Amino acid sequence: MELAFYIAGAVAVISTVLMLTRLNVVHALLYLIVSLLSVAVVFYLLGAPFVAALEVIVYAGAIMVLFIFVVMMLNLGEHASGMERRWLTPGIWTGPMLLAGVLIIEVVYLARGATGALGTAAIGPQEVGIALYGPYLIGVELASMLLLAGLVGAYHLGSHEAKRPEIQHDADTHERRADASGDLVLAGTDQPARTP
Amino acid sequence: MLAGILFSLGLISLLVRRDLIFVLMSLEVMLNAAGLAFVVAGSRWHQVDGQIMFLFILAMAAAEVAVGLALVLQIYHRFKSLDVDTLGEMRG
Repeated sequence: MELAFYIAGAVAVISTVLMLTRLNVVHALLYLIVSLLSVAVVFYLLGAPFVAALEVIVYAGAIMVLFIFVVMMLNLGEHASGMERRWLTPGIWTGPMLLAGVLIIEVVYLARGATGALGTAAIGPQEVGIALYGPYLIGVELASMLLLAGLVGAYHLGSHEAKRPEIQHDADTHERRADASGDLVLAGTDQPARTP
Repeated sequence: MLAGILFSLGLISLLVRRDLIFVLMSLEVMLNAAGLAFVVAGSRWHQVDGQIMFLFILAMAAAEVAVGLALVLQIYHRFKSLDVDTLGEMRG
């Protein structure tokens, strides 16, 4: 069990280092997903299965989907087709696949073998739920208000660029990108020339 | 120990990388490491509070990354760049 913990920790550190040294955003996102999954395995080994499941669902699921959406919307790779061809080469996804394979082997071994507590006994989701809605009820309310504020803020910030999709369309051409690099366009004050 | 290593990696990346998306990703790594420290402490003393704290960190990270990515979109549409050095002028 100690060995499994150290393996998962090593996978986390290695994938984080590889994430930080990538130049491409999507490759870094792949390594970040592997890092989060290995941290989830560490949580499971520490006797926190509920938190491990939440880590997989929220971090590796929802937040990664947000990142991928933003990367897609930004379209940072201008030479997208050539990059697409290079993404299909196997050299890029072998690294995350190897690290994720180590994690999968470890999880299968754990599922077949002993219980997941390292040292102390596991704290199940029942105790977490009871504590969460007992003495921490104020915290839950505050977290919900924070999430609501984040939702409204993200919608507000995102709705400005939804009002002018023409600019985003024009931004794909290079001359628009070149002359738009210097000036600040206030929100809602510009009316781009609509060419039929 | 592991949490410390991950946190310092995120901090180094935050200081080194000059891309806003990488900055946000390293912030994720740092928050994750902090949550890992909480869970390890809660598991060490067999308390539930560590996991509760991790849940709050999770909610906070979700809200932060939503607002941060919306800001990244706005910044990219205004400045056509995500480089922190070119954005650091504060003149518009």
